[in-house]
Amino acid sequence: MIKLQGINKYFGDNHVLKDINLHVKQGEKVVVIGPSGSGKSTMIRCINQLERPDSGDVIVDGINLMKSKAQLKQIRQEAAMVFQQFNLYPHKTVLENLTIAPILVQGKSKEEACQTGLEFLERVGLKDKADAYPAQLSGGQQQRVAIARALNMHPKIMLFDEPTSALDPEMIKEVLDVMVDLAHSGITMVCVTHEMGFAREVADHVIFMADGQILETATPEAFFDNPQNERAQQFLSKIL
Amino acid sequence: MDVNNPFALYKWQALFDARDIFIGGLITTLEVTIGALVLSILLGIIFGIAGVFPNKIIRVINRIYVEFFQNTPLVIQVIFIYNALPHLHIMLPVLLIGILGVGLYTGAYMAEVVRGGIMAVPKGQLEAAVSQGFSYWQAMWYIVLPQAKKVMLPAMANQTINLVKNTSVLAMIAGGDLMYQADSWSGSNMYYGPAYFVSGCCYWIICFALSKYINKLEKKAGV
Ligand SMILES: Nc1ncnc2c1ncn2[C@@H]1O[C@H](COP(=O)(O)OP(=O)(O)O)[C@@H](O)[C@H]1O
Ligand SMILES: [Mg+2]
Repeated sequence: MIKLQGINKYFGDNHVLKDINLHVKQGEKVVVIGPSGSGKSTMIRCINQLERPDSGDVIVDGINLMKSKAQLKQIRQEAAMVFQQFNLYPHKTVLENLTIAPILVQGKSKEEACQTGLEFLERVGLKDKADAYPAQLSGGQQQRVAIARALNMHPKIMLFDEPTSALDPEMIKEVLDVMVDLAHSGITMVCVTHEMGFAREVADHVIFMADGQILETATPEAFFDNPQNERAQQFLSKIL
Repeated sequence: MDVNNPFALYKWQALFDARDIFIGGLITTLEVTIGALVLSILLGIIFGIAGVFPNKIIRVINRIYVEFFQNTPLVIQVIFIYNALPHLHIMLPVLLIGILGVGLYTGAYMAEVVRGGIMAVPKGQLEAAVSQGFSYWQAMWYIVLPQAKKVMLPAMANQTINLVKNTSVLAMIAGGDLMYQADSWSGSNMYYGPAYFVSGCCYWIICFALSKYINKLEKKAGV
């Protein structure tokens, strides 16, 4: 479903991604973990080309995005992203946040977009907030809306970049619950997070990154209980 | 004694008799204002977006436009256009030259307003929209610009008021605007007092009404 092959990315002189290879099969859940500045965001953002690698191939759903730019728009609809800072549209209501892209990008009718939008809002427990504005919601609620917004594109892939890192501790669980529920639906997921409970429960693989490289790929049990890589051991001893 | 009083009654009488000239000038001023405002907002949006565009060459074009028109006097720009166009065998009515000159000049300021407004919107907004499959222009139009509006409106209002006053540059090229009519009418009869007083009042009324109207818009936009 997702293949990153030999990805290199520079910001100026800063070699941020060093020969990254990643393969995510359909329906797999992958959790990416690693110290701050290790390139996790840059890597996940390469998948939907918010960052363009300097070399290598990005193949999503069979399409090589480095070669065919024309299909980028289609892939961005298939691979929906949830951001650390939520990035809801503040000038739109919650429901409008969910429907604007389906209507304008996917050409859905307003009725259809609203109907499925309300269904997803119900799924994340926020149907009663449909007419509220994002600023009127708590951080946890905003992030759940952001997930519903992503789902209303009917994506095949969900990309999460530290979705709970900007949240107060008491709000993390409500977001993780939604994500676990989503994981059980069979969608393909790539998730940058340090929530170990989440990783243990849903991840097929945990990927450990440091200094722009993937240093270890393992099952969550193997990774958390018995990490092989020295940097991973150090890192886990700090966050545990 | 009366002759030395710049505001002598008979001079007001003369002004009143010549009111059609001044009304004509006022209409020309309003026409140039509206034309130049439309042009400057269009240029402002185009060059403002150019100022934050991913492509560096386009950002450089924004800088050249803005720095050129902001840093040379409007009077010179307008006189230059007025004198240069005939050499290129382009004959424009003086009204259009006024719209072009004032519009280009104000457009540079509008571009900075638009650029500042866009930059005040968090980068994540454009990214979220683009990640949903919006094109760059769709994201700008539906997501970024509506949010930038809040920052842009008050600054655009100031530019609009400056624009109204700046249309008086047309007097320099016999533009037939209010300032020109006041100049030429009082230049022939020396009744400067009422001529400039009344013209000044007209500019003040237009600008004041505009700023009130814009205050109302701002309130509506929740600034
Ligand atoms: N837009 C950018 N411009 C310049 N440097 C960047 C940019 N984004 C990230 N970086 C740098 O790239 C490196 C990796 O960043 P990032 O992918 O955000 O790491 P992580 O998500 O693991 O914390 C960091 O050194 C960061 O400073
Ligand atoms: Mg990050």
